[in-house]
Amino acid sequence: MPEQDQNLLLEIKGLRTYFHLAEGVVHAVDGVDLKMHRKETLGIVGESGCGKSISAYSMLRLVPPPGKIEAGEILFYKTPKDGSTNQAEIVNLTKLDPNGSEIRNIRGNYISMVFQEPMTAMSPVRTVGQQIMEAIILHQKVSKEEARKQTIEMLRRVRMSNPERVIDDYPFQLSGGMRQRAVIAMALCCRPSLLIADEPTTALDVTTEAQILNLMRDLQDEFGMAIMYITHNLGVIAEMADNVAVMYMGRVVEQADVSTIFYNPLHPYTQGLHQSIPQLKDALSRKEHKRLDVIKGMVPDPYSRLKGCPFHPRCPKFIAGVCDEVEPRMVEPEPGHTVKCHLYG
Amino acid sequence: MSDQALTKEPLLEVIELKKYFPIRRGFFKRVVGQVKAVDNLSFFIREGETLGLVGESGCGKTTAGRSILRAIPPSSGKILFRDPTLGKVDVATLDQDQLIAVRRNMRMIFQDPYASLNPRMTLLDIVGAPLRAMKLASGKELEERVAEMLRRVGLRPEYMRRYPHAFSGGQRQRIGLARALAPNPKFIVCDEPVSALDVSVQAQILNLLQDLQVDLGLTYLFVAHDLSVVAHISDRVAVMYVGKMVELANTQELYTNPMHPYTEALMSAIPLPDPRKREKRVYLSGEVANPANPPSGCYFHPRCSYCVDICKSTEPAFEEVKPGHFVKCHRARELSLNGVAEILANR
Repeated sequence: MPEQDQNLLLEIKGLRTYFHLAEGVVHAVDGVDLKMHRKETLGIVGESGCGKSISAYSMLRLVPPPGKIEAGEILFYKTPKDGSTNQAEIVNLTKLDPNGSEIRNIRGNYISMVFQEPMTAMSPVRTVGQQIMEAIILHQKVSKEEARKQTIEMLRRVRMSNPERVIDDYPFQLSGGMRQRAVIAMALCCRPSLLIADEPTTALDVTTEAQILNLMRDLQDEFGMAIMYITHNLGVIAEMADNVAVMYMGRVVEQADVSTIFYNPLHPYTQGLHQSIPQLKDALSRKEHKRLDVIKGMVPDPYSRLKGCPFHPRCPKFIAGVCDEVEPRMVEPEPGHTVKCHLYG
Repeated sequence: MSDQALTKEPLLEVIELKKYFPIRRGFFKRVVGQVKAVDNLSFFIREGETLGLVGESGCGKTTAGRSILRAIPPSSGKILFRDPTLGKVDVATLDQDQLIAVRRNMRMIFQDPYASLNPRMTLLDIVGAPLRAMKLASGKELEERVAEMLRRVGLRPEYMRRYPHAFSGGQRQRIGLARALAPNPKFIVCDEPVSALDVSVQAQILNLLQDLQVDLGLTYLFVAHDLSVVAHISDRVAVMYVGKMVELANTQELYTNPMHPYTEALMSAIPLPDPRKREKRVYLSGEVANPANPPSGCYFHPRCSYCVDICKSTEPAFEEVKPGHFVKCHRARELSLNGVAEILANR
């Protein structure tokens, strides 16, 4: 076995999460391989239904029934919080009981999550403080007073104005941006080594989004955590990520560092995504009836399972007899840049 | 849009439009305050033009769009619409019969394609509903008209017996568009039509809207919060903040040479799809003012980095600083703000 990478934090190998429904089987996650290192920000991009959120739910074992992890491994390299040893303990998250004490010790403590909708992520009938303190008391042996002190400190860290008052507010008393700050405080109060952010700014306005993105970057430096940033917004990915994985129909189709994904994308789907977004610089020149280059067609319905490459019906570079017959393997045309496409081998 | 169209006279003229929502308290539901959702909006849209209306949530852009169609009754103001049959009318004061006649020419498409279609109606009923209600077609003729509309928006006419649940978000948005187009309108209010869609579908719908505009000579009021989308589709852009219009200019002028600090802040906040541009982000502190209890003077002053004493006490006028470029700022003439070119270069 090769020398173990000291900085490895998470390794997903061949993850498959399926939903068995009366209408058929939805292959929500269909063979995902990912690697994450400590303090890294991995951006996961894809359109709705591509399996990006379900991959994250699989990691925390929160896949709602009738969803089930069918195959694969999710290896989490857990380093003890007391700093007694640097040697990471490897935990295979797929093997844990979703209701067991082991995964509950990891959830919110080692891996925590920020959700898209800040209103639904919080309980409406309990104060912000109660909800954050719950996580602290659950994972750390501290008194209520100490937990309250930590909560106020945490709210201050997420730059909440007037944390002593906000701690006793109910979520509905806060604006969208403030609520998202509270949710981030809740996620970070136990100093997790991995934060999963599932479209945390999609429901927010641009100016608030800019504030939250800034905040998350600063907190990442401060706490030294890794962030898995799930979004469909390429602008946000450019802003946040070190590495990017592009997903389509339950698979990672391309993975590379952020500059490569933006300046030298190889997969026709990634290229199509780039061309689909209206560019701000278009506003500088007055063109007659500018048109966007679109990816033709739409994402196939989730029950179907296409033969060959899942993107072939929409692909402008489709090779008949190859793309619709054989599923492409993951290849590495240049070091650190992997792509699942027949054009590259 | 061609320059020829730019010289045409306005299709729609909005004069001092106001929509206040009363705040009621207590047993007798006494009015204790007003939410000034739309406060003194004046602008016009030329025939064949797209006017983009941008602003953060709660700035009144949707309320403005709805008041113009009188989907909600405006509190005061004039909405002058040049109707092909009725001539120039004030939509705000029309009686019910005339309103129905005008609505044939003023239509709307909505943000959420899941909430805006009745799940118990087939496409034939949905797209045919305005034709039935306005007694424009029935029977075989109605079906033919619906088929033509579905074809226009890129759906197969065979689908007309199906229900909305069988369609994806992008397809549903096309159905909503077919319904709006059915009575052959002149003017469409597009209320965030692409913000609920994925990027690849968003691009398809934007292209479709542009094609239809050229083919059918449509005029759009395009309400959105995404400045890149608005830049792409609009001929002119209006920026709203807390119920008031703060800047209005043609697209190229507004994005290269913004004159209101709020416009500059909005532009600099957009995450650009370019990882080289991630440093030095200017961002706006604080939050949008409460329209029920707005700040004194210029509503933007508590968040504005160029604020001086006069901004705190006196509300600036909405003035034409350059031909066709309107700004509501005391310092519009002296400030030199960063446009998209500078933002792209500096960031």
